[in-house]
Amino acid sequence: MNELPLLSALVAVPLIGAVVVASIKRENADAARWTALGFAGAVAVITALVAVGFDYAEGAPWLQFTESYTWISAWDLNLSWGVDGIALLLVALTAGLTPIAMLAAWRDLDAVTRSVPAFFALVLALEAAMLATFLASNVLLFYFFFEAMLVPMYFLIGSYGTGPKKQYAAVKFFLYSLLGGLLMLVAVIALWVNNGGVFDWQTLVESDPLESGTLQNWLFLGFFVAFAIKAPFFPFHTWLPDAGGAAPAAVAALLVGVMDKIGTFAILRYCIPLFPDATRTFAPWVIGMSVIGVIYAAFVAIGQTDLKRLVAYTSIAHFGFIGLGIFAFTSESATGAVLYMFNHGLATGLLFIVVGFLTLRRGSAQIKDYGGAAKTLPLLAGIFLFAGLASLSLPGTAPFISEFLVLFGAFTHNEPVAVLATLGIILAAAYVLWMYQRTMQGERNPQLDEVPAMKRDLTFREKALVAPLVVAILGFGFFPQPLIDMIEPAVDHTLGFVSDEPVDLPAAEGAGNE
Amino acid sequence: MSESTELTIDWAGLAPMVIVFVAAFAGLLVEAAVPKARRLPVQVALAVAALAGAFVAVVLNADKSGAVFNLGGTGLGSVIVDGPGLFLQGTIAILSIIAVLLLAERRTVRGGDFVAEAAVVADSAADVEQRREDGATEIFPLTLFAVTGMMMFVTAGDLLTMFVALEMLSLPLYLLCGLAKRRRLISQEAALKYFLLGAFASAFYVYGMAMLYGFAGTVDLAGINQAGVSSGQPRMLLYIGVAMIAVALLFKAAAVPFHMWTPDVYTGAPTPVTALMAACVKVAAFGGLLRVFNTGLSSSAWDWHLILTVIAVATMIGGAIFAVTQRNIKRLLAYSSIANAGYLLIGVIALGEAVGQTMFYLAAYGFTVIAAFAVVSLVRDGDEEATHLARWAGLGKNSPGTAVVFTILMLALAGLPFTSGFTAKFSLFSAALQADELGLVIVGVVSSAILAFPYLRVVVLLWLNEPAPDAPTVNLPSPMAGTVVAAGVAATLILGIAPGFLLDIVDQASTFLNT
Repeated sequence: MNELPLLSALVAVPLIGAVVVASIKRENADAARWTALGFAGAVAVITALVAVGFDYAEGAPWLQFTESYTWISAWDLNLSWGVDGIALLLVALTAGLTPIAMLAAWRDLDAVTRSVPAFFALVLALEAAMLATFLASNVLLFYFFFEAMLVPMYFLIGSYGTGPKKQYAAVKFFLYSLLGGLLMLVAVIALWVNNGGVFDWQTLVESDPLESGTLQNWLFLGFFVAFAIKAPFFPFHTWLPDAGGAAPAAVAALLVGVMDKIGTFAILRYCIPLFPDATRTFAPWVIGMSVIGVIYAAFVAIGQTDLKRLVAYTSIAHFGFIGLGIFAFTSESATGAVLYMFNHGLATGLLFIVVGFLTLRRGSAQIKDYGGAAKTLPLLAGIFLFAGLASLSLPGTAPFISEFLVLFGAFTHNEPVAVLATLGIILAAAYVLWMYQRTMQGERNPQLDEVPAMKRDLTFREKALVAPLVVAILGFGFFPQPLIDMIEPAVDHTLGFVSDEPVDLPAAEGAGNE
Repeated sequence: MSESTELTIDWAGLAPMVIVFVAAFAGLLVEAAVPKARRLPVQVALAVAALAGAFVAVVLNADKSGAVFNLGGTGLGSVIVDGPGLFLQGTIAILSIIAVLLLAERRTVRGGDFVAEAAVVADSAADVEQRREDGATEIFPLTLFAVTGMMMFVTAGDLLTMFVALEMLSLPLYLLCGLAKRRRLISQEAALKYFLLGAFASAFYVYGMAMLYGFAGTVDLAGINQAGVSSGQPRMLLYIGVAMIAVALLFKAAAVPFHMWTPDVYTGAPTPVTALMAACVKVAAFGGLLRVFNTGLSSSAWDWHLILTVIAVATMIGGAIFAVTQRNIKRLLAYSSIANAGYLLIGVIALGEAVGQTMFYLAAYGFTVIAAFAVVSLVRDGDEEATHLARWAGLGKNSPGTAVVFTILMLALAGLPFTSGFTAKFSLFSAALQADELGLVIVGVVSSAILAFPYLRVVVLLWLNEPAPDAPTVNLPSPMAGTVVAAGVAATLILGIAPGFLLDIVDQASTFLNT
């Protein structure tokens, strides 16, 4: 298709950028910022090239832009890359959100005690690892980056985070993910031993699946638990509020906006095609977990007193919707789930970034330290409300389409479950609007007038970096069809493994014209 | 035996050991003949040249597989040169070159980390006197003697030769442990403890050997394996013999419950000696275990499989859990070495399937741990090593280079991808799964997850904590120790990113003679 090794470049460019930026002296903070932004911009450009060259036709091959270079032949470990519609959407999300997060953290770091070049180098390394997980088409290669990405994120939370519990949060994040990863490693090895030493994803998918039964069930669980921790699904979620609460807001946007999607992406890419029978066996349990997650996390979110933790809990509720959408095994719900991953990245990314603006001004993430803040920060309050409404899936914003599709698909699959999950929408309205009301409206907290920064509305840089997100949320709220066209073939390929009947094709028009 | 009684000796096969052994004696002569001021460079050059020569001899022997001593065409079991033996000898040679460089470091402590006489009463007038003097250079011949023992240990084809090798590698080490210039008393305690427990282990070994001789009528490993099927003697002799031999070997390998000495000896011994023990002795001990269980006891695998599994589980879990509570970096690394012994035991239990992967693990772990101890020897509070973990807080701020290196080593020990720790664990665990040891692999993974916590705490200390005002200094430049660290980290990364060449080598070298 395309002769240029674009996917290799997508991984290599940020990696090289990380090394370059890390070698910049601490005193030249501005040089580090601009160099890092330059590399992130280059990634975005390459992503655009891939998106332009991608074949969206229905009969197109599942994975495109495939490349493969031998690495360790004894293990069938190759540098194999390939992209499908789902991965392309998430790559675009990563490539778009990373420069925005960099801008959000531009001058907001504590540059006195912490090295600025190291921060930007870590963000680029994280971007490289996340892109590599989306692009890998070799199970072991995926695992390598799945684990390796913990290291930059660990330092970003532990070293650049805020609050007294940042070290605790960083270690908890690392150990949780590592435990999941190691269990997955056992499953990865067992898969390798039982299929004659193949790690190549395409070979695995094209060959006959493992016999259904105990082995497949255990392997499924080994993979699934790692992904459920990453996502995170209830009841594996307890690390996220700590990590999201302690991370700097820009990093939290990447953590929740992109990194957590790797869990749900990997369920679609690995669990379903490799272990279809086990997926079906466990689907009711996962749906149960998802629905509990939707409702439980929403209630807990209502009770939060810390803004960042609150947003983290709302995300856990949203991941419940994604899980429900995937495991309902209908074309609508799965398409909706994939779309949800993308839209949630936009909406929650924006919400975290705006919360970051707020907490930096006020010097606190406690809700009780605010009240009536909109009087002096009208624009910031407006964006805050917009991000909140987007994350509660107001019609007209992009997340509405995805939530609608998930619930629509879930109704055809199992009505009581869908009814329960719909409760989550009402609860979402409660926590978002109450959060807004307690911080922005109502009686003005007199302490706010003592903080000069609370009178400074959005700066040019802040406006410039929220604008693309606002445009995207509104744009894809009204015109989701291009995204649906992009992911649908891949979703249908995936669901082909778990449904007995031929999958029903596009059913999204009705929702798409909202 | 046979009609012909002509003894032929494969001198080339024997060469690695002979070179090191002769160099050790030459080192003793150097002590007598060369003036004190020039002894150090001569000794170091001699030791490194001998070990490098031994390595070359090992390489020249590649693909050889047979007995060194042949009587009328029949191989005598005493010394066997085969793939695993050669690979392990080569690994020992390389690792001990690195260890010798660390022993030779004189910048960190003025005059080196060693005193001349271990037995002088600690803190007596004579002791204070000898601490002022330059370090002893006898350590180099002593190390070479120990290395000869290790090389013999991994190629010994009968229990008697193995016993000689065991003593030969142990005795110099007992002495080396007691030579620390600082904290004399705990150094002497370490030496005494190691010696007493080691002597017990040797006694167990001899007793076990007697039992196995009673059972098989021979001390030859191949003969014992044969007898495991055909012997008419009471099987109880075999059980007792295997148990006693295993106790002695597991003691050297530091497996739970024979690990008690490890933390104390690792802490008390001079750090370069600790590095030598953690890397080279580990290779030798597991080389011996692999050979005994693969060539001598594979026919009786049913009899020992369960008990060795229990020991492996206890070692993995015990080592990891104890490591969590440690506040001293050397004790932490000691318990980590115990846990790693547990993973290696999986390779022993899996027998033939996992020989190559176990050897790979040994090499990978050896480089990482030797570099880690080298870093420990560089981080100092004035004259002493700053071994208490709290003293390492904020090291990343004052000495970022050292902190980066130590972080890489910690992540490698935790088994993260792109480091040798991952490659080693991956290949070992996959070999074990192939041998249907799923349970052990799961325990190994859980233990790795527990063990990640103490490693991570070190990383947290290095980077995320504020340094104390009187934070320890990192002694740079220290050319010798610096080389050691660089070599160890380079090997850790190379074996993590491009391990293909070594995987091929161990794959070719994984077959014991007589299996």
